[in-house]
Amino acid sequence: MRGQEAREQAERKAAMATLAHAAADEIARLWDGSGLPSEAELLRGPETGLVTVRGRIGGGGAPFNVGEATVTRATVRLPSGQVGHSYSLGRDKQKARLAAIADALWQDPAHRAEVEAKLVAPLRETLDAAREKRRVETGATKVDFFTMVRGED
Amino acid sequence: MYVAVKGGEAAIANAHRLLADRRRGDRAVPALRLDQIVEQLALGVDRVMSEGSLYDRELAALAVVQARGDMIEAIFLVRAYRTTLPRFGYTNPVDTGAMQVERRVSATYKDLPGGQVLGPTFDYTHRLLDPELAAGAEVETPVQRPVEDEAMPRVSAILAHEGLIEADGEMPRDHVPGDITREPLQFPMARDIRLQALSRGDEGFLLALGYSTQRGYARNHPFVGEVRIGEVELELDVPELPFAVPLGSIRVTECQMVNQFKGSAKAPPQFTRGYGLVFGQSERKAMAMALCDRALRAGELGEDVVAAAQDEEFVISHSDNVQATGFVEHLKLPHYVDFQAELGLVRRMRAEYEARENEDKAAEEKREAAE
Repeated sequence: MRGQEAREQAERKAAMATLAHAAADEIARLWDGSGLPSEAELLRGPETGLVTVRGRIGGGGAPFNVGEATVTRATVRLPSGQVGHSYSLGRDKQKARLAAIADALWQDPAHRAEVEAKLVAPLRETLDAAREKRRVETGATKVDFFTMVRGED
Repeated sequence: MYVAVKGGEAAIANAHRLLADRRRGDRAVPALRLDQIVEQLALGVDRVMSEGSLYDRELAALAVVQARGDMIEAIFLVRAYRTTLPRFGYTNPVDTGAMQVERRVSATYKDLPGGQVLGPTFDYTHRLLDPELAAGAEVETPVQRPVEDEAMPRVSAILAHEGLIEADGEMPRDHVPGDITREPLQFPMARDIRLQALSRGDEGFLLALGYSTQRGYARNHPFVGEVRIGEVELELDVPELPFAVPLGSIRVTECQMVNQFKGSAKAPPQFTRGYGLVFGQSERKAMAMALCDRALRAGELGEDVVAAAQDEEFVISHSDNVQATGFVEHLKLPHYVDFQAELGLVRRMRAEYEARENEDKAAEEKREAAE
């Protein structure tokens, strides 16, 4: 039971991460074609605020504050009762609302598979493709060192 | 007597309207869009985010265009904007070891795990102006090379195994990270607070100070252990969720500077370190920050404080370009009353001076006449 709960939390977090990374217009476009219900009561927001980004001294030492970043969040409740949250960098309120509804629907066993298949999976595919493209473009700038033949025998 | 003076409303309104016109420039030239600035002036946008201390590309681009490209004015606009927003909290510290690296070079190790990756760098360009760019030539797509998805541990972790380099900086166990946006600066300050101030500090100021350490003012023999640029994930602990909520990723530049190894009665000879971490792609700033961080550790490492770059109060009090420009630029605002007071004082002093001169002259003449 505990293992399953942890797994479920990890999956929910992964879905939220995908939604947070995804472009607002792509979420909206997929939503329109998905047939997912978008009816929900707004409990909080969407509102834009700041988070203070922390780093670590030397990369792995004590935390310190680097600077701030804009974040927009929303909390919604579905007619069926599930409460969903979203947090995402930037100031897009429509994205925050849809992502919160997606999180609420994800918690509803009747909708989870649909949210994963019609929204999270295609978003993840786009993000993975962009990430892979950047990775191989960066890879082409990796230095290959050659040892020159020296004069001595 | 203090006399309040009013006036200039119409002139100010017209000046602002003129500013808007000059900002727009020739109407026959298409207006800039924010996405053009974000995409094509990306490093300028990064500088505004770094020194404005606010990660938001579109806002930084808006600030750049509103400020007509005046970077410090743009930074000022961003700083002012941040004060209008509520705070949601502090993120968990970013893990730069898990960065999706877009550039990573080390000047200390040729062959290190993950390798030397140049990325989109100005290094090794010939710094020749490109007329083809002016003519709007098409740009080739980047070469792609499938490479193994190799881990890229921070270079500091490699040296650490031998104990020849000091550990990542630790603070006492119960230390809460200071926040200069919440509490006024107090000296002496802890290293975490210094790093926050340096990360938003003026690039030019930190560059000049870093340069001064290389030229012998607080020399400490730096090597770039590593510079890396790329995206790191942000997560925030919130009460409504049982896990840290993912926010997305931001691009940062990190510099590990490796410095001289004097050792002391307490510590064996080993490499010491300076650290730089800034928003966006800016290795010049990250390197300058790391040089300044190391120089400012003089007291902690038992070095003599002999140069400007080692003087914490001097460096940190003057590193913020919004404060600096505010105080310098306020000089042009009306100081009529102050100046009138000083003018009156100079007139009085001058009158006294001339009276004294005349007296002396008269006495001299009298003496000569007597002789």
